[in-house]
Amino acid sequence: MYVAVKGGEKAIDNAHALMRTQRRGDSAIAELSVDQIRQQLPLAVDRVMNEGSVYDPELAALALKQASGDAVEAIFLLRAYRTTLPRFGYSEPLDTEQMQIERRISGTFKDLPGGQILGSTYDYTHRLLDFSLLAAGEAEMAPEEANALSEALAAGNSCPRVLELLNKEGLIEQSRESGLDDQVPRDLTREPVNYPAERAVRLQNLIRGDEGFLLSLSYASMRGYGDSHPFSGEMRTGRVSVELVPEELGFPIEVGEVLLTESEMVNQFHGSKDLPPQFTRGYGIAFGRAERKAMSVALVERALRAEELGEEVLYPTQDQEFVLSHTDCVSANGFVSHLKLPHYVDFQSELEMIRRLRNEQSQATQSKTTNEEADA
Amino acid sequence: MNKVIDAVQSDAGVQQALETALQQEFKEEWKDIAPLLSVRELNKFYAPGKGCGDINFDLYPGEVLGIVGESGSGKSTLLSCLSARLTPDSGNVIYNSERFGEMDLYACEESMRRVLMRSEWGIVHQHARDGLRMNVSAGANIGERLMAVGERHYGDIRAKAEEWLTAVEIDTGRIDDRPSQFSGGMQQRLQIARNLVTHPKLIFMDEPTGGLDVSVQAKLLDLLRNLVSRLGLSVIIVTHDLAVARLLAHRLMVMRRGQVVETGLTDQVLDDPQHPYTQLLVSSILQN
Amino acid sequence: MSTATGYNFAYLDEQSKRMIRRAILKGVAIPGYQVPFGGREMPLPHGWGTGGMQVTASVIGEADKLKVIDQGADDTTNAVSIRRFFAHTAGVETTEQTAEATLIQTRHRIPERPLQADQILIYQVPIPEPLRFIEPRESETRKMHALSEYGAMQVKLYEDVARFGHIATSYDYPVMVNNRYMMDPSPIPKFDNPKMSMMPALQLFGAGFEKRIYAVPPFTQVESLDFDDHPFEVQSWDEACAICGSDHSFLDEVITDDNGSKMFVCSDTDYCRERVDQGFVGTAADLSTSEQETEQ
Repeated sequence: MYVAVKGGEKAIDNAHALMRTQRRGDSAIAELSVDQIRQQLPLAVDRVMNEGSVYDPELAALALKQASGDAVEAIFLLRAYRTTLPRFGYSEPLDTEQMQIERRISGTFKDLPGGQILGSTYDYTHRLLDFSLLAAGEAEMAPEEANALSEALAAGNSCPRVLELLNKEGLIEQSRESGLDDQVPRDLTREPVNYPAERAVRLQNLIRGDEGFLLSLSYASMRGYGDSHPFSGEMRTGRVSVELVPEELGFPIEVGEVLLTESEMVNQFHGSKDLPPQFTRGYGIAFGRAERKAMSVALVERALRAEELGEEVLYPTQDQEFVLSHTDCVSANGFVSHLKLPHYVDFQSELEMIRRLRNEQSQATQSKTTNEEADA
Repeated sequence: MNKVIDAVQSDAGVQQALETALQQEFKEEWKDIAPLLSVRELNKFYAPGKGCGDINFDLYPGEVLGIVGESGSGKSTLLSCLSARLTPDSGNVIYNSERFGEMDLYACEESMRRVLMRSEWGIVHQHARDGLRMNVSAGANIGERLMAVGERHYGDIRAKAEEWLTAVEIDTGRIDDRPSQFSGGMQQRLQIARNLVTHPKLIFMDEPTGGLDVSVQAKLLDLLRNLVSRLGLSVIIVTHDLAVARLLAHRLMVMRRGQVVETGLTDQVLDDPQHPYTQLLVSSILQN
Repeated sequence: MSTATGYNFAYLDEQSKRMIRRAILKGVAIPGYQVPFGGREMPLPHGWGTGGMQVTASVIGEADKLKVIDQGADDTTNAVSIRRFFAHTAGVETTEQTAEATLIQTRHRIPERPLQADQILIYQVPIPEPLRFIEPRESETRKMHALSEYGAMQVKLYEDVARFGHIATSYDYPVMVNNRYMMDPSPIPKFDNPKMSMMPALQLFGAGFEKRIYAVPPFTQVESLDFDDHPFEVQSWDEACAICGSDHSFLDEVITDDNGSKMFVCSDTDYCRERVDQGFVGTAADLSTSEQETEQ
C-alpha cells in the first residue's frame, strides 16, 4: 500500500548532524578557535560585521566558524542574532575628523595637511603565493622591528578631511543644505523602505549591502553605465569614539570605539543656469578595514543621486529601486535558495494545465483531419 | 548664402509687420474658442543649453502643431513636458480637459494626469517598442486601454481590436501575432491604433516616421492625415523632417538650442522663413 | 511551558509584535491592501516563510494550538522546521488536525476542511505584489493600486485566452478583494481561490522579504479575475485519491516506479487521514487488501 512520505523531522536532525561533522573536518587536525579567526582572518570578520550590521568581531568570528567560512551564511547568523537585541538608543553622529588615523590616502592632492599615511595594505604587494606560509607559517619578527611596526600602526593624529578644504573654497557642494539642522535618519531595520528613499536610507542600505554586488555596480558605473568619473578625494581608516546620550544623564558619554574606513569621492562638477559649477560628493563608510566596500558604496551612492541632482537616469546603477531592492545578500540568498523548497502543488497545477492544453490541441487537430477526410 | 541672409535681414522690419498682421488675423478668427492646451513660460534644463526654455504657445482644438528642429534642439524634452511625462523646472501647461475642465498639468494630482494618459490623450513614440508591449499580441496591445477603462468582455474587446486593425490597414488575421513579428511601418500603425481605441482628443507624436523607408513613410503619413481629419484630432508632432511637417502640420514651431526661433503657419514658415536658422533648415532640405 | 532561553515568547520582542499587530489591524481595515511594515530579520532565510512566521509570532498566545502546512502536508521539511520553531520558542501545543487548530500557518495551500470563525489562517507570501511581473517598480505599482489601474493585469488574461482559449494561470491566480484592491493570494493553486471568498476565518498574509502584510477579514468577498465570456474555473482531476478515494480535493501526482507509473493522492494529508478514519478507501487500499488476500 502507498504510504505518503513521512519522516521530515528525522531527516532534518540527520542532515544537521552530518553538517556538523563536515564542518569539523578531519579530527586529526586541530580545531580552529574563534580567537584564531578573529585574529588571523580579520578581513573576513570585517565583512561579516558590515553586512551583518553588528560591530562585534568576536560574534562575527563565531558566525564564520559556525558557517564553515561561508561569508553569506555567517552574515545571516549575525543578522538573525542582531534582530533580537534590545535597542538602547542611537549614538550621536560619529565625528570622523577626530578619527585616530592609521591609514589615509588621497587621490586628489599629493600633499595635504596631516599628510598621506600608507599604513597597512595589500596594495603594491606582488601577488605571488608565499610558499613559506604553506611550509612553516609566518616567520617570527625581530622584537625591535615588531615594536617599530606596532608603533607605526598605533593611531596617528586626527586631521581635517580633504573635502572640507574644497568646501572652504565653495568648490564642492555642501554635504547638507546650509541652515538645515541634522536630520534624524530613519532606521532601515525598523521601518520599511519607501521609494523614493532619502539619502540617509540609501546609505544605510548600501552599507549593509553585498560587497560583491556593490563592487560590480560601481565598476559598471565607472565603465559608462552610470556616468561616474570620480576622484578618490580621501580614504581614511582608524578608530573613532562612539558617544551616546543616556536619557537619565542628558549629556554624551563615550561608550566605546569602532574601527572604520571612510571614503569620500569627488565627482564631476555640476551646475545649472543659476548655480555655478561645483564638484559633487559620493560617500561611503564601513566597519573595520574595508576599503573596497567603502569605495564601492561611495561610487554607487553617487550614481543613485542622479535624480536628486537633476541628471538623466539612464542606467540601472542610477535606479534606486533596482539597486536598493537587490543589495541585501541575506534576502538574495534566501530567495534564490527557496527554490529548493517543495513546489509540488504549483507544479501539479501547471502539469494539469499543460496536459489539458495539449489534449485540446491534439483533439482539435484530430477533428480537423477527420473533417477534411469527410470532405474528401 | 550670406548675401541671402543679409537681404532678408535688411527687409526684416517689413517681414515683422507682415507676420504680426497675419497672426492678428489668426487670433481674431479663433477668439471665441478656448485653447485645448496653453503653455506659459515653460523651462526645463538638464544642464545649460540642454533642454528647452521660454516656451509659450496655444494649441486649439483640431489643430496640428509641428515642432521642428535638429536633434539636440530640445524638441523631445519639450514634448515630454507637454505630455505630462517630465516635470518642468518652471512654467505652466494648462489643458482643457473634457472630464476635469481646465487644469494645470503640474499643479494637479498625478492621478488626474494618469487618467488623461489613458483616456483623453494618446502618445505615439518614435520607437514602437517604447509605445507597444512587445511581448503580447497586437490584439492585447489595442485592447489594453479598453480593459484599463473597465471593459471585461473578451469577445467585445477582440471585435474592437479587429475594427481598429482594419482602420490602420493591418490584416485582422495578424491579431494574435506579436508586434515583434511586424515590420516597422506596421508597428507604428499598431501604436496608432492602440492609442485611438479610446477616442482621445489630443495626440503627442515623437518622430512617428523616424527610421522608416521612404515609401513606408508616405503610406503612414497618408493614413495619419486621414485619421486626424476624420476624427478631428488635435496633434502635437515633433519631427526633424520638414516634409512630414508640411504634410501634417497646420502650424510650425522651429526650435534651436532649446529656444523657439520662429513660429507661424506651416506654409508661411517653410515658403518664407524669417530666421536664419529656419532658412538654413529649409535650404538644406531643398538641396537634398 | 518550555520556551527557548534568552529569547522572548515566540522569538520576537513585544515591541516588534505590537508594530506587526498594528500593521495587521490596518490590513484588516483595508482588505487586500498591502501594508508596509518594519519586517524583522528572522532566523530562517527570506522566502522560506519569514513573513508568515512574523505574523504568527505576533498573534500567537499561550492558549493557541498551531498547525503548520507546506504544500498541504504537515510533514514536509519546511513545515516541520517552522512548527518546531514555535514549539521551541513559544512552547505552544501543536497539532496536525485542521479541526482543532486555532492558528494555521500555510505555504501554498488552503486546507480542504472548511475553516471556522475562531480560526486564523496565515499565508506565507514570497511576492505580495500581483502586478510585479507586469510592472517591476514599487513606486509605480503602488500608484496603480491607489488609482485602481488594473488594465495591464487583464492584458495578461486576454493573452492567455487568445493563445490557449483559456486563462492559463493555474496558481498564484490574482483576485479582487472587496471590489477594491487587487491581491496576490500567494502561490496557492487556483483550486483554492474560491475558498477565500466569504471565509468565516480571518486570513492574514505575511511577506517578510518584501516587508508587506495584508489581510482578508472574515466574510469578505474575494473574486478571481476573469472575463464575462470566459469565467474563472478551477482545475479538476479524472482520478480520485488513491488512499481515501476523494474526488473533490486537490491531488498530488506521485511517480511510483521507474517507468513513470503514477498515482494521485490528496495534497492535504490531514484531510486524507480524516477520510480514511471515517472509512473511505481508495484504489491503493483495495489493491493492497487484495494482494494480502492472495498471499494468504
